[in-house]
Amino acid sequence: MDRRAVPAKIGWAVFLERLTATDARLGVAVAGLGLLAGGLVAALAGGSPLGLFRALLQAATGWDAARQVWNIRYVGEWLAVATPLILTGLSMGFAARAGLFNIGAEGQYIAGLTAAQFAALYLPPVPVLHAFLCVAAALAAGAVWGGLAGWLKARFGASEVVATIMLNYLAFYLSRWLTQAIPGATTYRTPAIPASAQLDAGFLKTLSGGSNLGWGFFAALGAALLFWWLLERTRMGYALRASGLNPDAAMAGGINPGRVGIFAMCLAGAFAGLAGASVALGSFNHGRVLSEFDNYGFMGIAVALAGGARGFGVAAAGLFFGLLASAQTLMQGQGIPRELAVIVSGIVVILLSMKAGLGALAGRLGGSAVGAPCDARPEPGEGNGG
Amino acid sequence: MAEFLPFLRTLAMMAAPLAIAGMAGLVSERSGVVNVALEGLMGAGAFAAAAVHYALEGPAGAASAWLALGAAMAFGMVFALPHAAATVGLGANQVISGMGINLLSSGLTVFLCKALFGMERTPVFGLGLLPGLWGFYPTLWLALAVVALTWFWLYRLPSGLRLRACGEHPEAAESAGVPVRRVRCLAVLASGALAGLAGGGMVLTHTIQFTRGTIGGAGFMALAAVSLGRWRPGGVGMAASLFGLAVAASVYAVNLDALRRLPPDFFSMLPYAVSLLVLVALPNTGSSPRAAGSAWPIRRGPGGSR
Repeated sequence: MDRRAVPAKIGWAVFLERLTATDARLGVAVAGLGLLAGGLVAALAGGSPLGLFRALLQAATGWDAARQVWNIRYVGEWLAVATPLILTGLSMGFAARAGLFNIGAEGQYIAGLTAAQFAALYLPPVPVLHAFLCVAAALAAGAVWGGLAGWLKARFGASEVVATIMLNYLAFYLSRWLTQAIPGATTYRTPAIPASAQLDAGFLKTLSGGSNLGWGFFAALGAALLFWWLLERTRMGYALRASGLNPDAAMAGGINPGRVGIFAMCLAGAFAGLAGASVALGSFNHGRVLSEFDNYGFMGIAVALAGGARGFGVAAAGLFFGLLASAQTLMQGQGIPRELAVIVSGIVVILLSMKAGLGALAGRLGGSAVGAPCDARPEPGEGNGG
Repeated sequence: MAEFLPFLRTLAMMAAPLAIAGMAGLVSERSGVVNVALEGLMGAGAFAAAAVHYALEGPAGAASAWLALGAAMAFGMVFALPHAAATVGLGANQVISGMGINLLSSGLTVFLCKALFGMERTPVFGLGLLPGLWGFYPTLWLALAVVALTWFWLYRLPSGLRLRACGEHPEAAESAGVPVRRVRCLAVLASGALAGLAGGGMVLTHTIQFTRGTIGGAGFMALAAVSLGRWRPGGVGMAASLFGLAVAASVYAVNLDALRRLPPDFFSMLPYAVSLLVLVALPNTGSSPRAAGSAWPIRRGPGGSR
């Protein structure tokens, strides 16, 4: 096709092209589109789309548009709910950058949660130190559970997809078994966890009107920073990215893919373990005997994919999914089924999966030489991981 | 022997939906489209089967369960449509799109329950599928037929050869005149129908209504079966049987006197521990479809011609 024959670009093609030019812009656009679709579904089901947006506004700012009152506690709850989502997103994302498909964040999360509960109940309640030790136990347990999948792959060539699925269930039932064996535990809870183990921050509680917001949120932000630093600024991170992009080339360059895989899965597990600690020591004052998956690990897959498996992207995506999750109860109050939040997340994830296609579409429509910048980078988590 | 037949029945009941869902994953992945959406597609099928069976049980009688399975296939296909459109039509990342379908399905099925029945689940139906020949549920015969037909299709029919070519080497397939995109699109839709059937069969034999926990990870187990069975119909069927065997064994082990002192959670762990051991013990001969996961046509950047 002769480029000179192409007429001046159509306005909306330019718009579409600009929109898809960066991941951040695309993410915002897709989130907006997902919310609009959610409003449409609400309207089709006979509810009010306005209720959906009011619930989201209230979850994000604390402003109750219906009753004209402001309560900052909702903002605190939003950030508290986003905390484990960011961390499990980092877990999935870290492994994805090494070319591994970690479906096991749920199991690693459970390992961390269980270890944190045990440490909280059995270690001496020394202020500050106790909480640190609980978090350390969670990190270690998560790292072991994740590293196990990495080791099975390195040593036996076992697919990490299958291994982590099995390890999820093993962690779940093992956690139930061990936790119920604690003296004084019932079929659903353990005795109370001492205050010294909890991640509450007094000033944050005061600031956020008594919400569950605690140190866990800052740990999640720190973890996102660590994620970026490890991948972009260390030798191991370089080896990890190299084997994720092209394992053969990495091996030829002297990188041991087995070791890199174990390291990646250990770190991924530690992120998810920290998520477990943030929930065990942040949202409850007693240990739990899990009756079903908490699903933070599975949601983390979507968070990581939506955030492009990059530290800040994942943090942003975790905040968005956390906003949807924390708006759920508010939606019930507006007479809208809470499942709408899950539907919106699904639509957003599907739309994000198409970003390469959307970019190319914009390029074709506009007939421009800019084309699809999103295409240039390989997708994290590409391939079947088998 | 008196103990053995009931054991086999439990095994078949657990393994059949996994085998059918495994074929769903197989068909899609052999055509070159990774399908991690099995869980969600099974959920869609289970919801449709439970809802239709609840509505038709009275008027349609014995035919109702089979109509419900038909509805499950149709609903599974509807939910596979966005996956096909995204991955084949727009070259989307197949893993991301599949996870999106899972989310969409888990939200939309419960949402529809609320819209239709005013609660978070479908109402209870009276009888599901009834055990027939030798006391086996019909899902066993369905599963055997689906596995056999999948094998026959993929390895004995020209269209099956074309489908496998699209998953191994789309360039070669395209140059031989195979419409890669159309083949992949149809494969994903067939995958949706099979996964829907698996979910429908599961809800009509395992339980009495659809809830958010009905599928409970079976789709991911099926995904594991596809990988464990090395992307071959017989292998995937055997992997599904192994999972079924482990679950049936754990159900029966609870009743053994020697093991009674162990907590029930220990027995729940067994199937997954066994699967993990098998995964480690099996020699790893990588045989995943080579082009699975990559979009077609490969985009050549700006100015690239189609």
